[in-house]
Amino acid sequence: MPILEVRNIRKSFGNNEVLRGVGFTMEKGEVLAIIGSSGSGKTTLLRCLNFLERPDAGQILVNGEMLFDAEDESIHNEKELRKKRLHFGLVFQSFNLFPQYNVLRNVSLAMELLAKERPDFKSRRREIMGEIESRALALISRVGLADKVNSYPYQLSGGQQQRVAIARALALSPEILCFDEPTSALDPELTGEVLKVIRSLKSSDSTMIVVTHEMEFARNVADKVIFMADGLIEEEGTAEEVFGNPKSERTRAFFSSLSER
Amino acid sequence: MSFQTVTKVLLQGFAENCVIFAVTLLFAIPLGLIIAFGSMSRFWPLKWLTRTFVWVIRGTPLMLQLFVVMYVPGLLFDVTMPNRVLGIPIDPRMFSALVAFIINYAAYFSEIYRGGIESIAVGQYEAGQVLGMTGPQIFFKVVLLQVVKRIIPPMGNEIITLVKDTSLARVIAVQEILWIAEEFTTVGLIWPLFYTGVFFLAFCGVLTLLFGFIERKLDYFRG
Repeated sequence: MPILEVRNIRKSFGNNEVLRGVGFTMEKGEVLAIIGSSGSGKTTLLRCLNFLERPDAGQILVNGEMLFDAEDESIHNEKELRKKRLHFGLVFQSFNLFPQYNVLRNVSLAMELLAKERPDFKSRRREIMGEIESRALALISRVGLADKVNSYPYQLSGGQQQRVAIARALALSPEILCFDEPTSALDPELTGEVLKVIRSLKSSDSTMIVVTHEMEFARNVADKVIFMADGLIEEEGTAEEVFGNPKSERTRAFFSSLSER
Repeated sequence: MSFQTVTKVLLQGFAENCVIFAVTLLFAIPLGLIIAFGSMSRFWPLKWLTRTFVWVIRGTPLMLQLFVVMYVPGLLFDVTMPNRVLGIPIDPRMFSALVAFIINYAAYFSEIYRGGIESIAVGQYEAGQVLGMTGPQIFFKVVLLQVVKRIIPPMGNEIITLVKDTSLARVIAVQEILWIAEEFTTVGLIWPLFYTGVFFLAFCGVLTLLFGFIERKLDYFRG
């Protein structure tokens, strides 16, 4: 069974139809790269998966469970949506760390808030808080920032901030981790450290969707590549297929426009 | 009349100013937040009702509002202001002054809050959402402290204005410091009138230090 199945997602903003029926499936442990020119709907697609936008039509299934069905009004209530979001994690282009918290608390906050809803939280408070802290510390070292645990976001470089954001997204162990152009807001010399961290997650068999403009990265890391144009999937296949031998005229045009830079 | 006597009498008047100041802050700070939420509501009748209210309050003089609260309930509805609140005896004129000040300052505060809340990047809310936080958790754990940091300077401004505005209560015969000082002119003393400035200056000096302290306390993060 695919870990993620997306069927016929449509989304309009006013008269602007941004997604015009997008569907794909992913297996557990796969890395999917979504490429395409700006305005092709890549980011909107990720935002729909994370329920930051509500699709006008379509369905989203995780492990065969219907998480979202535009036809079914009953699954739209905010409380349900909140739980469903936890199947997904999202790393933003602009990091969006919480400025008033240090690195440790940025990573641990969501875990703490969820733990407070556990029935045994009051009786095992110390133990649970200890577990959360050690998990947060482990994640922070995993992204190579063990020496920055007590720093505040403004004291970090963009690359370091994005690595904290990755640790924060991993904290709730999402089944599918999404990256929305994770290096687009970074100086060129800082993109490498972030891509290295994302690459390291691949070996730990996380399922990931990466919207990116880093073609080299997509080619080397992704198991599957989707090229989007005008709100539709123009071409999809393995990285070798899409990069090595693109079938669609538009995909070829996109690649040649990139090489002209 | 000696300097000490005048000081003592003026201090009694200034106590009235301090009561108006403290009670206004106590009620206007939370009331302003409720009005701010109203003016940001997605339910448009509530939004336009609160925005009209804020427009009226900010668009008319506080002095006029004092007169309205003092006289209109009695003239139109035959309602008299209470002389006791929760068992505490209170001059009905003081009660009217407090009502007018609270409403007036809550309207101004609400606009400062609204500006602060709306200045927080959407990404902060979205980051909270994708981490499974509820709306209230996002407001209290993510947004609030950032808003507080941003509104400290304009709130400081408004609160320092309030110190001086308290003397407006004299127009409905609350015997605050300027009223008292003016009484001295009837016995030929003009200097107490100017001396009142020292009280306001001292009070505002303390507030300036306090706000500087809070700003430094919140200096540990940026954003």
